[in-house]
Amino acid sequence: MFGAGGGTSSYREIETAELIVLWGSNARETHPIFFHHVLKGVRNGARLIVIDPRRTSSARWADLWLGLEVGSDIALANGIAHEIIHAGLAREDFVRRATAGFDDYRRCVEAYPAERAEQLTGIPAGVIREVALAYARATRAQICWTLGITEHHNAVDNVLALINLALLTGHVGREGSGLNPLRGQNNVQGGGDMGAIPNRLPGFQDVEDVELRAPFEAAWDCVIPPRRGLHLSQMFDAMERGELTSLYVVGENPAESEADQHRALRLLGGLQHLVVQDIFLTRTCQLADVVLPATASWCEGEGTVTNSERRVQRVRKAVEPPPGARDDLEIVAQLAGRLGRPWGYGSAEKVWAELRGLSPMHRGMTYPRLEALDGIQWPCPSEDHPGTPTLHTRLWAEPRGGPPAPFSVVEHEPPVDELTPDFPIRLTTGRRLDSFNTGVQSSRYASPLRRGESIDLHPEDATQLGVVEGERVRVVSRRGALDAPVRLDPGLRPGLAFMTLHFPDEVPTNVLTIDAYDPKSGTAEFKATAIRVEPLAEPATT
Amino acid sequence: MDVKLSGATASDVERAAVATVLGPEPPQAGRVVRAGRAQREQRHLLLPALHALQDSVGWVSRGAVDHLAERLGVAPAEIYGVASFYHLLATEPQPALAVHVCDDVACRAAGAGALLGQLGEAVQRSACLGLCDRGSAALVRRSGPPGERIDVAVAPVTALQVAGFLGGEAPPELAAADIPPPQAGKPGLRLLRRAAGEVITTVDDYEAAGGLAALRRALEQGPDWVLAEVKAAALVGRGGAAFPTARKWEAVLRAPSRPHYAVCNADESETGTFKDRVLLERDAFAVLESLAIAGFATGSEHGFLYVRDEYPLARARLQAAIEALRQAGWLGAAVGGPGFAFDVELRRGAGAYICGEETALFNSIEGRRGEPRNKPPFPVESGLFGQPTAVNNVETLVAVLEALRVGGSASTKLFCVSGAVVRPGVYEVELGTTLQALIELAGGLQPGRRLQAVLLGGAAGSLVGPSRLDLELSFEAARAAGLSLGSGAVVVLDESLDLSEVVLRIARFFREESCGQCVPCRVGTVRQEEALRRLFSGRPLGSREDELVRLSDVAEVMRDASICGLGQTAAIAVQSALRGLS
Amino acid sequence: MSAELALSIDGRDIRVAPGTTLREACQLVGTEIPTLCFNPNFTAANACRLCVVELEGARTLVPACSRAVESGMRIQTASDRVRHSRRLVLELLGSSVDLSLAPDLGELLREYGGRPERFSEAGSATVEQPVKVDNELYVRDYSRCVLCYRCVQACGVEAQNTFAIWVSGRGFEARISTEYDAPLPDSACVYCGNCIEVCPTGALMFKSEFDLRAAGTWDEGRQSTTTTICSYCGVGCSLDLVVQDNQIVRVNSPEGNDITLGNLCIKGRFGHQFVSEPKRRERSS
Repeated sequence: MFGAGGGTSSYREIETAELIVLWGSNARETHPIFFHHVLKGVRNGARLIVIDPRRTSSARWADLWLGLEVGSDIALANGIAHEIIHAGLAREDFVRRATAGFDDYRRCVEAYPAERAEQLTGIPAGVIREVALAYARATRAQICWTLGITEHHNAVDNVLALINLALLTGHVGREGSGLNPLRGQNNVQGGGDMGAIPNRLPGFQDVEDVELRAPFEAAWDCVIPPRRGLHLSQMFDAMERGELTSLYVVGENPAESEADQHRALRLLGGLQHLVVQDIFLTRTCQLADVVLPATASWCEGEGTVTNSERRVQRVRKAVEPPPGARDDLEIVAQLAGRLGRPWGYGSAEKVWAELRGLSPMHRGMTYPRLEALDGIQWPCPSEDHPGTPTLHTRLWAEPRGGPPAPFSVVEHEPPVDELTPDFPIRLTTGRRLDSFNTGVQSSRYASPLRRGESIDLHPEDATQLGVVEGERVRVVSRRGALDAPVRLDPGLRPGLAFMTLHFPDEVPTNVLTIDAYDPKSGTAEFKATAIRVEPLAEPATT
Repeated sequence: MDVKLSGATASDVERAAVATVLGPEPPQAGRVVRAGRAQREQRHLLLPALHALQDSVGWVSRGAVDHLAERLGVAPAEIYGVASFYHLLATEPQPALAVHVCDDVACRAAGAGALLGQLGEAVQRSACLGLCDRGSAALVRRSGPPGERIDVAVAPVTALQVAGFLGGEAPPELAAADIPPPQAGKPGLRLLRRAAGEVITTVDDYEAAGGLAALRRALEQGPDWVLAEVKAAALVGRGGAAFPTARKWEAVLRAPSRPHYAVCNADESETGTFKDRVLLERDAFAVLESLAIAGFATGSEHGFLYVRDEYPLARARLQAAIEALRQAGWLGAAVGGPGFAFDVELRRGAGAYICGEETALFNSIEGRRGEPRNKPPFPVESGLFGQPTAVNNVETLVAVLEALRVGGSASTKLFCVSGAVVRPGVYEVELGTTLQALIELAGGLQPGRRLQAVLLGGAAGSLVGPSRLDLELSFEAARAAGLSLGSGAVVVLDESLDLSEVVLRIARFFREESCGQCVPCRVGTVRQEEALRRLFSGRPLGSREDELVRLSDVAEVMRDASICGLGQTAAIAVQSALRGLS
Repeated sequence: MSAELALSIDGRDIRVAPGTTLREACQLVGTEIPTLCFNPNFTAANACRLCVVELEGARTLVPACSRAVESGMRIQTASDRVRHSRRLVLELLGSSVDLSLAPDLGELLREYGGRPERFSEAGSATVEQPVKVDNELYVRDYSRCVLCYRCVQACGVEAQNTFAIWVSGRGFEARISTEYDAPLPDSACVYCGNCIEVCPTGALMFKSEFDLRAAGTWDEGRQSTTTTICSYCGVGCSLDLVVQDNQIVRVNSPEGNDITLGNLCIKGRFGHQFVSEPKRRERSS
């Protein structure tokens, strides 16, 4: 946000907050150890507000749970902003000194009085006002979110809507207040930081900026394409158009993890050349022309990852990989050699040293320092810099450091997959505590919590459909259908269903989901599918 | 907590029972749920809710625990941990009717042994029920719908009567066994002034008997006046610890953290002790008036009166008195006029001696296991709900009223005389009266009996022999003699009793009443009882001296290293007897 | 910051900051106080009473783990009275609990000259009971339980806040238990393993360790520990992987870590099994 993609606070700051808002996050199950810090905050007296269509195990801890309509987050955020402004609680000094674009923003949210927000979100206007006042009045407030915000066709707008709230109230850039996206995987943050996204070079530097590109070109002795590349969803579109014919997949299982799985399989199967590098023979590997067996980098190799509080952390080799499996770094280096760029195979530390030379925000992080400090939070520009627990304190500096933080005008847009009489139920997806994504790693241990995939329904919906817990039903979306057993969850509400992606071999949930995606982030709208549920068995006639 | 319910569901009766405590069930979750802190703040209603279940269905079922877990946001495992701590809550199905017969030292000294022999396994044996002045005692309980419930203490009770109860005969009315203390009609009574007379049931009658004058005066004069008067009376706590009351109250009054609480410890469970019961049953208004004064003098708005569950008559009269005082404006938002808000909540214990320990009592009110807390911090700083708290014994509170009424020093004290005397009962005597004189006041030993020993101060006290009848009953003299007046229990044991049985009963008492939290007491009380059994049965492990060393080692670690007074005193009576025996 | 407090420990004068506990103060003068229930991440439970020291003027001994220093305290850490209480605590535990997997306590018993067997004969009460093996991840052997409360704290308010276990019953019959002693899979347990991590006596054990021990192949001499980062969500928990014969046999949470505070979740604790999945080996060779 405002030029750096990372959470602004440290986990420990959550413990001192007065108000914690978990928005589109079931951290109790998806980020359990982060939630420990939330709980410490709660024990220290923080008020916890959880905003999630489902009453999750996180929501059970909340002083206030708001079960908003799926995909109505912007309406809620704008409604909250409207109430803050009208209550005279906007942090005007901060808005003036540290932000830009407030007038346009104010005009935008003027159209979201609480009563309209109620219509769009389902949350009573009075409660929206209450949240607005609580957030604006708290001395230290945190907003933390996860995929409930970002797995939407307007993911970036969703995030911007939350950032707007923090700018409006000054809840950013100060210790204890902040905006924190909780990353879904152990190196999502690091991947982006290292330039494994289409528009950035390592150190989150804009690939389209000639001045930022120059040092890399010098160091690497090559010309870097001056335009951003394609993100995952765009790649699939390019495959569809026949423009992308060869694909190299490293440690990802798109054959099962992509939305609209039928389409994903068709497109992957239609490639001229598919190379997959993974630790298991995944479904995607099965479609590949070449499979490169890799090591489990977190325990069979050396390197770093970066977590959701921007902390670069060392991973270390604890076990020998199976024979034939090779370190990702070695594979990439050898591949480069065969392609005519003989980099040689250096150590992880050597690669890191090169990164430090090119990425100012990592410059001060030597391996010995990472070791000694148990990881360092970026930015860390020099070897005498302790790292940065709280980001964007520059906004409060006198005079302000750097450019102002911009408000963004964002409007409510309902999910793409519309509810109609044919598809009357909103299916949303997520994770369970003991499992992870498509189960490549997590399906291989004996979890007593695991109960397999199911379609979770509110008991009233089940009654209306005449189905009972455990009964298999057919779930149909506009893109596909599958069979799954029913599980009853009173934490849902009538008209809202839930599934995970954890057991694609049993239940390929992604045949249902829609590949409508956010044009900026490329994330598909996993959180909002329109479905219907059909009983399979004929009703008993005795 | 994470929620994983067993699938067992609460019956409609169980849900209704819980609703009597927690109110009607909230509507099903809509779009907005308020829980979290608001729900956690109801936690203190856990024990009342468990009582409601016990009263209506006779046990705490798994479905009921899950239901309570949902309503209170307390995990099923913790609720089970709480329920299984208290002896009068069952976590397995029980017959609706239960008869608890006292088999403790005082009743045995009064001849309950024969009764127990006749009844065998049909009844539940109980530690002291606090009816020691009437000989054999029983607590009769039946769960069921409100109209069918029974909760009566009966004493004296015969085997025939108990058999009748078990066969479906209705026990006598709650108040049937209510008798005035033996000193009734004697002039000069102070602490027993009203308790020795007709039981007062209305605020008007209470005022006519001089009641509420102290509270009125306190409200006029202010908290500092109260503190000064209590200080002038040199009043020390009558629960056993003899801590200066004024110092305690002043510390709470001046504590910066808010709110403050005033708590009356009416969990009188010490073996052979029943003075508080007599005050609670027969002078309930005075206890409440004094608690209000304590609240006033400590800056508290909320009072709790925690009464042991074995005192159903006291509970009933206290609840009636609370309601009458509220009606009359002497409890509530404006006590005796605007300016002082104070209300009292009556809380039931659930069968745990340890809850008479003040910090265990706090935990119990908070809906937790009655495990004592480590001190410091002391209650005046961090007590109930972690707030500054003045906790006082019943007799202490009544003594405060006397101090405010007449001034001067608090020179009398109540003693509970039971066992082989002619007129067992509560006696008020001047501090410094000898043990001999007190026993004589109770009519001396029954004809034909000879004194063997006196259990002074209850199970936590000492066994003293006939040679010490000249002991002056004052805090100072007792301390000088290496003894303690403790709760004021004086159980007179005659020569017909096997003293080793008495000692074993005391050892068993501590084994059964140890909360189990700290190692010295949890294991020490067990090893103490085991060693005594071996010793008394003539089959010592190693030599007799080995056993005595073992016992003294255990006594020492319990005294030195236990968390609370229970463990610290669990070997005193045993050791005093062994010294006599050895 | 208020002024430092002066006290004397075994005759040595020292000044400490307010809020320092006696245990910490003793550490400052180089005196280690033995503890059992104490865990640095938790509020002191005060249950075991192994850490008692003598405070001049106090009626009883005081627990060093939790008692805060007050000005002018005079402390004896090794007086006869202190040593007696510690010895008795150890003997009482040793006579009622299986301490064979608690080498630290065995060491202390020797140091204090304890002879637990002097309290034991055929009929003496112990906490012996059958081992509970009711799931694939945890084994609970409460014959080894000293009731230190650490697991209850870890499962409860001090860390995990799941409250799957609590102390039930009372006195010597008090036990760590789920509701109605239900099997763990029927409880709220989320298998974070944080209770096992803090268990000092082997009463709680990972099934993997239990099985290796049962097979006689658990060998700490052949084990190495490597700290790395969990491969699952983006929180970035440090893991101590204990490896024996190139197999991860146990996962610990490193002490003093600001992210985990000594805790992990089920995935971090147990989700590593894919690494040694035989399929990886077959296919790639």
